[in-house]
Amino acid sequence: MTSGATTTQTIGFEIARYLPGEDRAPTLRHYDVPYRPEWVVLDALNYLKDEVDGTLSFRWSCRMGVCGSCGAMVNGVPRLMCAAFLRDYLPGPIRVEPLANFPIERDLVIVLDDFMQKLRAVKPWIIPGDRPPPADAEYRQTPAQLADFKQYSMCINCLLCYSACPVYQHEEEFLGPAVLALAQRYDHDSRDRGNSQRHELTWSDEGIWDCTFVGECSAVCPKHVDPAGAIQQAKVESTMDWYRSVLWPFGRR
Amino acid sequence: MPDVLQHDVVIVGGGGAGLRAAIAAVEADPTLDVAIVSKVYPMRSHTVSAEGGAAGVIKAGDSLEEHIRDTISGSDWLADQDAVELFVREAPQELLRLEHWGCPWSREPDGTVAVRPFGGMGIERTWFAADKTGFHMLHTLFQTSLQHERVRRYDEWFATRLLLDDGRAVGVSAIELRSGQVRAVVGKAVILATGGFGRIFPFTTNAAIKTGDGLGLAFRAGVPLKDMEFVQYHPTGLPGTGILITEAARGEGGILVNRHGDRYLRHYNLGEPLDIRDPVHPRLRTMELGPRDRLSQAFMKEQDQGNVFDGPYGTYVHLDIRHLGERRVDQKIPFVRELATNYAGIDPVREPIPVRPVVHYMMGGIDTNLEAETALPGLYAAGECACVSINGANRLGSNSLPELLVFGARAGTGAARWAREHAPAPRAAVETQAADEQARIARDLINRRDGDERIATLRTEMQHAMEAGCGIYRTEATLQAAAAKVAELRERARRVQLDDHSLSFNTELTAALELDIMIEIAESVVHSALHRTESRGSHQRVDFPQRDDGRFLKHSLAYRTEGAPRVEYRDVAITRWPPAERVYGRAH
Ligand SMILES: Cc1cc2nc3c(=O)[nH]c(=O)nc-3n(C[C@H](O)[C@H](O)[C@H](O)COP(=O)(O)OP(=O)(O)OC[C@H]3O[C@@H](n4cnc5c(N)ncnc54)[C@H](O)[C@@H]3O)c2cc1C
Ligand code: FES
Repeated sequence: MTSGATTTQTIGFEIARYLPGEDRAPTLRHYDVPYRPEWVVLDALNYLKDEVDGTLSFRWSCRMGVCGSCGAMVNGVPRLMCAAFLRDYLPGPIRVEPLANFPIERDLVIVLDDFMQKLRAVKPWIIPGDRPPPADAEYRQTPAQLADFKQYSMCINCLLCYSACPVYQHEEEFLGPAVLALAQRYDHDSRDRGNSQRHELTWSDEGIWDCTFVGECSAVCPKHVDPAGAIQQAKVESTMDWYRSVLWPFGRR
Repeated sequence: MPDVLQHDVVIVGGGGAGLRAAIAAVEADPTLDVAIVSKVYPMRSHTVSAEGGAAGVIKAGDSLEEHIRDTISGSDWLADQDAVELFVREAPQELLRLEHWGCPWSREPDGTVAVRPFGGMGIERTWFAADKTGFHMLHTLFQTSLQHERVRRYDEWFATRLLLDDGRAVGVSAIELRSGQVRAVVGKAVILATGGFGRIFPFTTNAAIKTGDGLGLAFRAGVPLKDMEFVQYHPTGLPGTGILITEAARGEGGILVNRHGDRYLRHYNLGEPLDIRDPVHPRLRTMELGPRDRLSQAFMKEQDQGNVFDGPYGTYVHLDIRHLGERRVDQKIPFVRELATNYAGIDPVREPIPVRPVVHYMMGGIDTNLEAETALPGLYAAGECACVSINGANRLGSNSLPELLVFGARAGTGAARWAREHAPAPRAAVETQAADEQARIARDLINRRDGDERIATLRTEMQHAMEAGCGIYRTEATLQAAAAKVAELRERARRVQLDDHSLSFNTELTAALELDIMIEIAESVVHSALHRTESRGSHQRVDFPQRDDGRFLKHSLAYRTEGAPRVEYRDVAITRWPPAERVYGRAH
């Protein structure tokens, strides 16, 4: 980044530090960082890593809120560090900790193995079923059909929603907001015929029925995916499906 | 001894090119075992940032011939015409495959995919998923790859070196970031898909991970780097951060104005501006829809004449999209609004966006042929790290995403074939090389205590030397200065001192390894630029302002030596489109 306006002001940071094998638990360490109104928390951390303490560890890449790498708790709230401006935290100090509800790998780096495994479990790919893709042409999909799932396809896998979710905090089996929204994304895609293959898992107790609809996930989502809405929609669909199977047990859906 | 993990095909890189290659390889032969080694989780790869779209001929009224001609003239005739032809022919079917895999392309009312205009393209042919095209393509590819059980991923493993046996590539040594252990990931074929290297410059749209690692791996194994002097500046980045405002903003009708309110592009042989209310605006291959090299050069000329604004983060002009109206902006380019609001503090529906040229894309890369093969047997390369070349001296916007699909797929299929025909390398050979690498990393970096150079200092000095010496306009003198500086940095980089001596997720260590490679690549850029004493596309020599087809209708090839790289040349493949003047703003 090119440096622009300079200032002599500083802002304090309390950053969680943890090195496996050395530390028993994370501890907060204090740092002072020059204050620049255009800086985001991630800029401050990069300043520290470059100039002050090369041992500070965190993930980042795009710096534009789209790669999903840089989630952390900023003053106790799950945020993307590249979208959290210092100017919104004056006068400081700013507390930065790893995303809640995940094991810690080091400093601000969390372990996301559990998420990666759940992501795959809901079969997030098109299952064409009895409707294979047309040869040499696209599936026709109207703007309205696209709109039916588009919002759920906007997830950047930043995991802020898992950090905010009170259910995931206590029940590790819960598939969780982002994964359930993703399943809904494919279920609602007009090209897909895989609903029944996904529902076994997503409509189970580890799936939508574990959610108590607190809505914290949607509140923290930086991309307005609204996973709580997706889960609520799936619950309605699942209930309708149950009624249908009771009322027309031999009928086709 | 380091662990040896045995596979059939090893792919380095989990971005668009790497994932496409992986799927192609297992589809070509479902019995093969394919590994993807990636320094970030695949969905964090830089492909995620691509906004505007992906070009492919699909609509009635368009033709392969037109796309080929636009690409070749865009390249200032430095693209290989056989490569362009093949690319243009295969791009539509690749984009259709993405559609079949679920990519949420934007649509026409009748349900067919929609296309938008893009710079340098004579017809609307750019497929898009609003203005998050790369994001959707990457997630679609990643999620689709998950159904293939024979694709084994090594997420957050950092490849440090190619492993060789008997003159062929047989794997990589890689650091597992979590444990800090070096291991050998071995296969019968290796595909490099590590992306570009915009980070050798200070002001870039490129993500932190774009440090050119794959080029370094290949270069050190003797493979030449092609056309490295061609660096694309995108005309519209946000000052300060370098965040990209996609060309789609101009494709939808956005205009560029200087501080006098003048649509200055009209002075630079890009045609006449149409009124923004004219239904024909924006006209293709004209004004704001000219090619990127010409638009970025026009900015520099305006700057010389004092016609640009001056701000705390450097000079800029205005990109004005206000006339599109809130609805159209929110429907077609919502991310532009989000980015400008968050990072420039202005709502583009109400105020013009400050923009300036920013390093964006590298035309050069690992020299490959049409089959994505390199000169080293068993080694393939695809995506931005490779140079086939379809981009020549200037890439057209929206050609890169289809390029990584077309050549990613070719690399995957080719590597699968190669893997079937060859035996695995003897274990002992790869084990020793990986052990050497582990020892080198421990000795020179992790355990060193007597170093006296800081990574960030060297990196900043390199970036500024590149900008000063090897930017939009270059001369012998600026290039010589950059060459001297980069050579000095290469020496100093041997004395890097880390603060972090631990093994667990040591990102200071990976930053040091990246720096080392970036300096070498920067050197190849500078020397390739020094040797090309002509101006073509994005390579503008003030001291040699003319294109010189007699001497330079050729690709440069930089080879690693102990000193400065050696630069050789190879003729461009010209088939049916003889070199001509690049004409924009009028019929061509
Ligand atoms: C902001 C922006 C917008 C763009 N918009 C467009 C557009 O609209 N249209 C278009 O056509 N093009 C666009 N481009 C260009 C295009 O996005 C890129 O050229 C393309 O995505 C590169 O893809 P890739 O697969 O080659 O590499 P990347 O997506 O960069 O992936 C590289 C992979 O390599 C891995 N890797 C790198 N080094 C190592 C290592 N040492 N060890 C292990 N793994 C490693 C990384 O982890 C990553 O997975 C844009 C570029 C930018 C910067
Ligand atoms: S760095 Fe990519 S989302 Fe923050």
